[in-house]
Amino acid sequence: MERLIYLDNAATTKTAPEVVEAMLPYFTEHFGNPSSIYGFAAANKEVITRQREIIADKLGAEPNEIYFTAGGTESDNWAIIAAAEAYEAKGRHIITSKIEHHAVLHTCEYLEKRGYEVTYLDVGEDGLLDPAEVEKAIRPDTILVSIMYANNEIGTIQPIREIGEITHAHGVLFHTDAVQAFAQIPISVEECHIDMLSASGHKLNGPKGIGFLYIRKGVKIRSFIHGGAQERKRRAGTENVPGIVGLGKAVEMAASTMEERTRKESELRDYLISRIEKEIPYCRLNGDRAKRLPNNVNFSFQFIEGESLLIMLDMKGICASSGSACTSGSLDPSHVLLAIGLPHEIAHGSLRMTLGADTTREDVDYTVDCLKDIVAQLRSMSPLYEDFVKKQEEEK
Amino acid sequence: MYTEKVMDHFQHPRNVGEIEGASGVGTVGNAKCGDIMRIYLDIDENQIIRDVKFKTFGCGAAVATSSMATELVKGKNIQEAMKVTNKAVMEALDGLPPVKVHCSLLAEEAIHAALWDYAQKNGIEIEGLEKPKSDIHEDEEEEDY
Repeated sequence: MERLIYLDNAATTKTAPEVVEAMLPYFTEHFGNPSSIYGFAAANKEVITRQREIIADKLGAEPNEIYFTAGGTESDNWAIIAAAEAYEAKGRHIITSKIEHHAVLHTCEYLEKRGYEVTYLDVGEDGLLDPAEVEKAIRPDTILVSIMYANNEIGTIQPIREIGEITHAHGVLFHTDAVQAFAQIPISVEECHIDMLSASGHKLNGPKGIGFLYIRKGVKIRSFIHGGAQERKRRAGTENVPGIVGLGKAVEMAASTMEERTRKESELRDYLISRIEKEIPYCRLNGDRAKRLPNNVNFSFQFIEGESLLIMLDMKGICASSGSACTSGSLDPSHVLLAIGLPHEIAHGSLRMTLGADTTREDVDYTVDCLKDIVAQLRSMSPLYEDFVKKQEEEK
Repeated sequence: MYTEKVMDHFQHPRNVGEIEGASGVGTVGNAKCGDIMRIYLDIDENQIIRDVKFKTFGCGAAVATSSMATELVKGKNIQEAMKVTNKAVMEALDGLPPVKVHCSLLAEEAIHAALWDYAQKNGIEIEGLEKPKSDIHEDEEEEDY
């Protein structure tokens, strides 16, 4: 392939060469188990602590409030299930939203089967949650509110601070899945009254298979993975030292470049959005225009189906993703797109493009040029478009 | 994920388009599920399918199965066209991933729906042909979301 334009940074990102370089010695010379007594291995304990400090600093947290996990999904599972078990005596009611990642939704469904009650809050057409709805849903037996910081499909940034103030005032635990938001937008666990926060390494040019859960001091959730005494006895298993080092390096880099990188990304994002809106008819931007991640673009194109669109983009060297059923492995299109009120056939024709630090204006121009042709080509063979055109002619 | 033949028929679909005053037109599928196929047949007085065109809203497999189905029925008489099953379409494409088998069923149904329309218009009966079950509007009413 001559050209590869990677516009799927919400799926995963390229591990930065500096990150790989930082990790490599921890596979080879510094391979020791951090729990061992002898010096060269025990030194890895210090290394891990340093990474904890780096991460805690970016969230305004204490280092001993950061617990390393195998990634965002484990962090979400741990936070929700362990909180449900720990606070069972108070009640069995959990509040979340309809647009959460499956790591949260399927965990909530798991708890429902075990006697917990879950309220799934609606979002508006813009994908935003109304904090007043959270307050209304809180009951005396509510033990946890879990609302994602920013949505992985439509990029919408939720009013986390307002929600945190509400949960804080009601004495209810607040968890947020910040997998997409962490290192993309500034986050303060203090200001937002966040009790638990999930994040992942591979979304910020770090390695896969590593993430963390922030647990505020005083939140009494227990271990989810049982075994040794690692992570202050709350997450057993020999530490993924290379992964932790890579995550620390990635966080350090992402934080130091955040301002400039996200400014550039949001400019390109808005340019991409405006070109599509000007040049491709019958499309719709999904998610709020302003309260969205700097790198997220999500459109629905009427009369066409997402998987076809993705294959044709792939043939032009463009990598993107879709909320169509065919890409989800089920008959239903994305739950997020349905939750913002899109009819099924419009949700099937969605396209998500998530920019990265290396995305250029030329990449965006090339993508829109290809997209215009592909959408036109797919419409020319769509019976839905044929019906639409005939109906328009009749109305004339 | 797809065979070379599927990719070929997706990238270069045969017989895309419409036929003005077609002998039979059949549309099957449901926009909610993400697949709609429409097949146009031009059938002469000897019941030979002289021309066939299609339009499809759907995934790569939906486009490829429509394209292959049109190739398989073109030039055949209507009895032969009845023998073009979803299995024949799949085999001709060197197979489909399991989650995409329904696309080949839809292609078979689309051909049948177009033949049914032709039979209705001409007041004839085609052996083995039943009223197509998959109609967009019927489906929309039946399915409860």
